[in-house]
Amino acid sequence: MSALADLFTIVAVSAGVLFFLAGVVGLLRFPDALTRLHALTKADNVGLGLVVLGLLPQAGSLFVALKLLLVWLTVLLAGATVGQLIARVARQAGTRR
Amino acid sequence: MTEFLTAAAGAVMVTVVLGMVRILRGPGDADRVMAAQLLGTGGVAALLLSGIARGRPASLDLALTLAVLAAFASIGFVKGAAMGQHEPDSRDDGR
Repeated sequence: MSALADLFTIVAVSAGVLFFLAGVVGLLRFPDALTRLHALTKADNVGLGLVVLGLLPQAGSLFVALKLLLVWLTVLLAGATVGQLIARVARQAGTRR
Repeated sequence: MTEFLTAAAGAVMVTVVLGMVRILRGPGDADRVMAAQLLGTGGVAALLLSGIARGRPASLDLALTLAVLAAFASIGFVKGAAMGQHEPDSRDDGR
């Protein structure tokens, strides 16, 4: 059971790190601001989500596990709000040019 | 498991630092803020990973604080961008 939980952690955290890597590659390689924002929000939400999911079996107590989920929910909420606001600024800057 | 989680935290930080090349290259202000926001999220992920790896739950509080502060930084940028833009407009309109 413990080995299974460890395997789950390794798979999920590795996938999360992969999403962060993909997000950074997108941020560096994509051609304009809105596509970069698209790549970035995937890294934010899915990458951190997979990391949190992978850490849940290692949390040790229910309180720590709930706090991990709280951190993820906070980042989801902040990412959704900030993504919209940055997209608006990027679009206005694009139309002014 | 401790070694794996610490290595994962290091890998996240390396990718985020690579992403900060976007802060140097620009071209727009929005692109720079995006890289800074990725630094915030990556910092949260690294804090969670190293906190669980070393059995220090206090790192989770740090991660929560960093998540909120990173959001405030981006919102501050958007407010500043909106103010810098609207001031000349309202003067032109004569409102």
